[in-house]
Amino acid sequence: MHIMSSLAKIGTWFDRRLQLAAPIREAAEHPIPRNTSSWWYVFGSAALTVFILQIVTGILLALVYVPSGAEAWSSLQALNHDITLGWFIRAMHGWGSNFMVAIVLIHMVQVFLFGAYKFPRELTWIIGVFLLLMTLGMAFSGQVLRFDQDAYWGLGIGASIASRVPLLGPTIVKLMLGGPIIAGATLSRFFALHVFVIPGLLIGFVGLHVLMVLKLGINEWPMPGRIVKRATYVSEYHELTQKDGVPFFSYGVWKDMFFAAFIMLAVAACALYFGPFGPSGRPDPTIIQTVPKPDYFFLWLYALLSLLPPSLETPVLLVGPVLAIAGLLLLPFLSGEGEKSWKRRPIAVLTVLLIAITLGTFTHLAGYTPWSPHMNAWISDPVPDRYIHHSTALERQGALVFQVKQCRNCHSLGEIGGQRGPALDSVAVRLTQDQLIRQVIQGGGNMPAYGKNLSPAETTALVAFLETLHPNGEPPARDASRDLALSDENQSGVKPPGVRLSGMKP
Amino acid sequence: MATKPAFAPPTDAAISRRGFLMKLGILLNAVAASLVAVPVVGFLLSSITRGRANGYLSWVPLGKVSEFPEGETRLATFQNPYVMPTDGKTADTACWVRRIAGEQFQVFAVNCAHLGCPVRWFPQSALFMCPCHGGAYYRDGSRASGPPERGLFEYPYKIENGLITIQAGELPTPGAAIADLTAGKKPCIS
Repeated sequence: MHIMSSLAKIGTWFDRRLQLAAPIREAAEHPIPRNTSSWWYVFGSAALTVFILQIVTGILLALVYVPSGAEAWSSLQALNHDITLGWFIRAMHGWGSNFMVAIVLIHMVQVFLFGAYKFPRELTWIIGVFLLLMTLGMAFSGQVLRFDQDAYWGLGIGASIASRVPLLGPTIVKLMLGGPIIAGATLSRFFALHVFVIPGLLIGFVGLHVLMVLKLGINEWPMPGRIVKRATYVSEYHELTQKDGVPFFSYGVWKDMFFAAFIMLAVAACALYFGPFGPSGRPDPTIIQTVPKPDYFFLWLYALLSLLPPSLETPVLLVGPVLAIAGLLLLPFLSGEGEKSWKRRPIAVLTVLLIAITLGTFTHLAGYTPWSPHMNAWISDPVPDRYIHHSTALERQGALVFQVKQCRNCHSLGEIGGQRGPALDSVAVRLTQDQLIRQVIQGGGNMPAYGKNLSPAETTALVAFLETLHPNGEPPARDASRDLALSDENQSGVKPPGVRLSGMKP
Repeated sequence: MATKPAFAPPTDAAISRRGFLMKLGILLNAVAASLVAVPVVGFLLSSITRGRANGYLSWVPLGKVSEFPEGETRLATFQNPYVMPTDGKTADTACWVRRIAGEQFQVFAVNCAHLGCPVRWFPQSALFMCPCHGGAYYRDGSRASGPPERGLFEYPYKIENGLITIQAGELPTPGAAIADLTAGKKPCIS
């Protein structure tokens, strides 16, 4: 008891000078509507928890990491292999980043579906939009600091996108890269962004965001039919918290704490089990045998960039983000009043579903990149044996041409090989001999023309092989007019002069 | 001596001594801030012109002409003309050198004209293929298929004393000056 009273004295001494105890108690015990102490309301505090985890692990990494183009990669290798538990801190920071983006997105969806962005919480939402953008900025700049091949070529992709801005493009590229090429200065400025600029802004904006939640009160559980009106909302909310309110501490807070602890353990478990991300190969631009790929949360963009028609690409890249951000910022002004419950907002629910399915599909596609040629398929994926059983010498020669000319990089056989072009297992059913020759020589439909790169003998052999590619019992496609022409010749017994195989009667 | 209280509010619209000093203080800070802002902004924007005075876009040798067989396309590497001490390996760059015949060359950037990934040359099918989004180019760098809207970027080159040299120093991007500079231009042969 003696110790307790001394502690209380020390506490009083500090509080007489700091005068923080009363406002903290007020904030902790402020009344919240009873049904907001729900598991649906834990994502904001979870995002804050992961953010603090990122700050701590980030500072620890900065004790060893060297933000120099010449040494960053080897300092990451040292963290992974030489320094006690360096790999674990890197893994925590990398997984923490993925968790943070995921939780921020889930938090945003929850806030949107619960109508929490409506009056009077418009500014809380707007600051939240900036927090999302900063979180994504941290994810991208963090990927750059993992200065490996993916980071190097990822910067090249970023520069290529930025360069498409009309007039200012090249200037923006040099500002972004810190010079005319991707080099040491590029890494240094992304380090400054990742470690000073964006975290500083994040801390400030998170502070404002939380302050506004405390000042305006947490969004009440949306009830279908309870309409938000600017004139009456504040007094209605006040009445709700007075009649059916409970103190935030500890009615609401214990669920937040449980979930925060769960998330921290989940990050640690992923870090332990999966380990750190990379770094992949050394950032040496002369090593071009590389297939750069962005981190998980930018995979959808990678897919979008390969699936958009070329003519739409630049407008979508430049106008799309502006429209998306403007839409998010204007949302609370366009629907600042009205129904909050998702049960009465079908368009809101459908919008979320549409965006989630779109992003999910793009991310899934980017997992196996059907649009990318398999650069080594021509030497690593042989033509399956069953395709050259009982084949003639010419057809086997054609199979060789098929391998050597890298056709496999884009076309699969037996489900192995590139998926850029169609699978060719049954191509003979789809295309006649003439059509095969034309397609090989002239290309078209996104296939390069091989006319200049194949000798007539190679083309003949290749097409002979392609003509064997049809399922058993399904005959290859034939040109009906050609049959007609041949049968006419046989019937009359006289070859019409000047007409060969065309089927046209003279 | 006047017995006015120390913190009396100004009684009318007339400028008090305190009000004047306050405004003067704001003005002084504005002037100081603008003066300090000049070097700050100059420093921030210096990356736009960085290296320009110091060999930015200058001629770099790739090797002897005899190292590149006629009718073939080979990978060559060069060091960026402007190097900073922290650049490490990133100062090195690769390019594809196609010797058409004699002193007639084409030097392509490895960066795909779509989004800058490194394209690889396949001599068997005589195609450049990009591993990222599937862009493909013919041997002369013209677009064959895929998302690129144009052919490969070309470096201007010249032959001097049996050496092939190219004008390099900037990352080629779809919007950059070097792309406009060399697009559709005949290579200069000296």
